[in-house]
Amino acid sequence: MEDWQHGGFGLYLHWPFCASKCPYCDFNSHVATDIDQNRWNRAYLSEIDRIGQQTQGRVLNTVFFGGGTPSLMDPELVHSILERIRSTWRLANDLEITLEANPGSVEAGRFRGYSDAGVNRISMGVQALNDADLRRLGRLHTVAEARSAFDIARSVFDRVNFDLIYARQDQTLAAWKAELAEALAMAIDHFSLYQLTIEDGTAFGARHAAGRLRGLPEDDLSADMYLITQDICESAGLPAYEVSNHARAGFESRHNLIYWRAGDYAGIGPGAHGRLTLGGKRWATDTPKSPLGWLAQVEKTGNGESLRDQIDPRGRAIEYLMMGLRLREGLDMDRYADLGGTALDPEILAQLHDIGMTETEGHHLRATRNGRAVLNAVIRELMP
Amino acid sequence: MRPMTQLDLIRNFSIVAHIDHGKSTLADRLIQSTGTVADRDMKAQMLDSMDIERERGITIKANTVRIEYPAKDGKTYVLNLIDTPGHVDFAYEVSRSMRAVEGSLLVVDASQGVEAQTLANVYQAIDAGHEIVPVLNKIDLPAAEPDRVKEQIEDVIGIDASGAIPISAKSGLGIPDVLEAIVTRLPAPKGDRDAPLKAMLVDSWYDSYLGVVVMIRVMDGVVRKGDRIKMMQTGAVYGIDKLAVLKPQMVDIAELGPGEIGVLTASIKQVRDTRVGDTVTHERKGCAAPLPGFKPAQPVVFCGLFPVDANDFEALRDAIEKLTLNDASFSSEMETSAALGFGFRCGFLGLLHLEVIRDRLEREYDLDLITTAPSVVFHLHMRDGEVRELHNPADMPDLTYVDHIEEPRIKATIMVPDAYLGDVLKLCQDRRGIQMDLTYAGSRAMVVYDLPLAEVVFDFYDRLKSVTKGYASFDYQIMGYREDFLVKMSILVNDEPVDALSTMVHRDRAEARGRAMVEKLKELIPRHMFKIPIQAAIGARVIARETLSAMRKDVTAKCYGGDATRKKKLLEKQKAGKKKMRQFGKVEIPQTAFINALKMDG
Ligand SMILES: Nc1nc2c(ncn2[C@@H]2O[C@H](COP(=O)(O)OP(=O)(O)O)[C@@H](O)[C@H]2O)c(=O)[nH]1
Ligand SMILES: C[S@@+](CC[C@H](N)C(=O)[O-])C[C@H]1O[C@@H](n2cnc3c(N)ncnc32)[C@H](O)[C@@H]1O
Ligand code: SF4
Ligand SMILES: [Mg+2]
Repeated sequence: MEDWQHGGFGLYLHWPFCASKCPYCDFNSHVATDIDQNRWNRAYLSEIDRIGQQTQGRVLNTVFFGGGTPSLMDPELVHSILERIRSTWRLANDLEITLEANPGSVEAGRFRGYSDAGVNRISMGVQALNDADLRRLGRLHTVAEARSAFDIARSVFDRVNFDLIYARQDQTLAAWKAELAEALAMAIDHFSLYQLTIEDGTAFGARHAAGRLRGLPEDDLSADMYLITQDICESAGLPAYEVSNHARAGFESRHNLIYWRAGDYAGIGPGAHGRLTLGGKRWATDTPKSPLGWLAQVEKTGNGESLRDQIDPRGRAIEYLMMGLRLREGLDMDRYADLGGTALDPEILAQLHDIGMTETEGHHLRATRNGRAVLNAVIRELMP
Repeated sequence: MRPMTQLDLIRNFSIVAHIDHGKSTLADRLIQSTGTVADRDMKAQMLDSMDIERERGITIKANTVRIEYPAKDGKTYVLNLIDTPGHVDFAYEVSRSMRAVEGSLLVVDASQGVEAQTLANVYQAIDAGHEIVPVLNKIDLPAAEPDRVKEQIEDVIGIDASGAIPISAKSGLGIPDVLEAIVTRLPAPKGDRDAPLKAMLVDSWYDSYLGVVVMIRVMDGVVRKGDRIKMMQTGAVYGIDKLAVLKPQMVDIAELGPGEIGVLTASIKQVRDTRVGDTVTHERKGCAAPLPGFKPAQPVVFCGLFPVDANDFEALRDAIEKLTLNDASFSSEMETSAALGFGFRCGFLGLLHLEVIRDRLEREYDLDLITTAPSVVFHLHMRDGEVRELHNPADMPDLTYVDHIEEPRIKATIMVPDAYLGDVLKLCQDRRGIQMDLTYAGSRAMVVYDLPLAEVVFDFYDRLKSVTKGYASFDYQIMGYREDFLVKMSILVNDEPVDALSTMVHRDRAEARGRAMVEKLKELIPRHMFKIPIQAAIGARVIARETLSAMRKDVTAKCYGGDATRKKKLLEKQKAGKKKMRQFGKVEIPQTAFINALKMDG
């Protein structure tokens, strides 16, 4: 068995367009009009064919339409892509097909079409449950619109996830607790709760650097918010199976699990990254970020990749460590040692255990509740 | 080049000035206006040849230039200018250079007036028996007050300033008057060309092409290329390979006679083989009595230099060896620190000297260094009567063997506008100073303090600049050793002593110092996953304590397939940063903490 099979094989498709750019967002998303969806269709199909040839015979576990705002894609486009996928790979019985959606009314109208095309899971960016904060986050929708889009989605799809961003400007612990209670009442079987991250190259990033982004929580408050979120969700039956992702048992995002379990995934579309094990070697792939740049490259050369880099054993081990420890299930230390050729340093492990940051069960290592709150520090200690 | 010059056509001089009063600019003008250097080859601060000198606008090494000047009397004179460093760390360079010349131009910025270094340097010139010509520079500035400054020179320094020459070194105004004054007002050197050779070794340095270059001033006799010469103190004998004058680049010359200044090379291996102040004579038929000679410069400030990367130790050793070849005033011995591993304890003439050397090691040899807090040399008077030098507080022996401890004291002269006097007095008082004198010259006060050097080596000068908004000037001289109630203060981080943070402090100040240090360290050490006690202790007694609380949150909220590469890179970068820190038990201390922990804000 090849190592990636521990994680499975998925396909990520990037749709790089949004109706407007949110000030916190550093995803590869662009605002554009006049998108020729037929042209995009041809490019996606051509890329599916190319990757398909390289991964012949594999069973595909998941497909993820990410963005940007994939709910701006015509259902016909999604349909055509999924058709091609179905004719390219053998499909897992429980094939998961997720599409990210913004909770605007326009998008909601297309849900039926996506479902008909084969999409069986929706992930919706609700972001906040009060209108004032939605505006500060630069969102185009209101809470009411989000709720009704969510209800439509529920009526069409079995699995509907939604995202919230917390630790927002001027948010108090009490306010977040109240909002979280509402979110729990809304949640079906999965939600993602992200602490607001100030990213370089975004509008918030620039405002922050200029000292003009006020009211962000201090470390202690954001730590309290994080820990209390873990506890509340846990007792509500939606424990965190990953740093920011909560689900009832069995309803985890199978696509995202491939990332965290260091499986293989093909990345198609502008700025889509991939990890592929081919001929016993593991490759990191990347594509041009510019939508038209990518499109032109695919059309001209029949290959949308801008990079294919081999990852050395040490790099593979670090990626597994970094991704695996995000999961509550943790990582398999034997697998880690096989990947990098060296085991985790037992002395450092003992120290981390001592201070209550990690624990082991058999050959599984995981971060504790407190350890996960400072996971970057834990990883830095363990990194070779 | 034509042979030696007649004595009465020679003038040897130096320029003394407070930093930034225009010494280098004036030197440039003198060089330029006499055509010594073609205009196209002229660069600013011509005599400052080291990168560091040019960058910081300071002179570290004395430099010489020979200028030919056709005077109004129709004769062409040879003017030898020795440009001396202005900074107190290099006062020894100044004093010995002064002995090689007969006169000085005293440059005072007419918009600033007399400053502490003006005083220190002019007194050296007076001590050396110089004729002094006051020059008032920067009269182009609207704030220039030449008359007031003239008065000040007379009041404060006590020399006649009626003939002071107003100039602007920047625009060139008054430069001909300066040249003429050098010829008419400074004395010609004396000497006997028929007497046996007697020359003063003024300076020596290492040149990567020529090897050791020796600068000499001939007193009596004549020296020629090919001569066998003898250094009277060391007894070493050499054959002269090259004889030259500096214009300021080397120009070969056949011989040098009395009153002349030039350089020679003689296959000398190391700068250490030469002794500044030594008397150079001929191997045979040498002179009978040597010149008085100088005291060698003694390092007064010590600190540890450690490679950030332990693998660079050998590279650091090589680099230090090369630098010592060129700078006899810099000393080093190997040091092992539990905290920092293998490195060197180095001695310097002062803080600027320390910075300059560290800068050169990092730049010219591409080394990443950890510098520990500078400390002075304490004298430990042991119970058994032995006197030991303590260069490193970490080496402090058990107190039961020590009878008492003495520390070096300095006489500090500070000139400051009235408005800041109170702050300056407070600063000196805080640093255990004893006031010796306080006088006024116009609206400026001159205070003289007796201060422990240990209180000054670290950040005194920075503090002085900041409390006086840069308006104070400062100079000092070492006075000797005196007993005081000194103790070793250790710092414990997570209950582990960190030897590189040990300091000697006065017992009465220990608590305050300790508190300031642990507070500072609390800011300087990044939070860890556990809480960290930081303590200051004298012996086993803890005198100050802080707790650095544990880091509570450091986790990436979103990390999916597209984030892996970037997050991995970021973690690797942070991990590399961690490797640059020093590990104490489980705690990592950033290198900058070792020196910053001692900076006092108050
Ligand atoms: N306005 C004016 N500035 C001058 C004059 N002479 C020197 N300076 C400036 O004063 C600063 C210090 O001069 P410098 O020669 O480096 O001083 P040093 O430290 O005594 O060698 C430089 O910025 C010079 O350009 C002058 O006559 N007039
Ligand atoms: C690709 S994005 C969103 C998809 C969709 N376009 C939307 O905005 O609804 C996935 C999720 O990442 C989260 N996210 C994006 N930028 C973030 C940031 N700077 N800090 C925290 N969460 C962020 C948001 O919750 C977002 O829904
Ligand atoms: S958060 Fe979603 S809608 Fe907003 S810019 Fe990013 S991808 Fe587009
Ligand atoms: Mg200068």
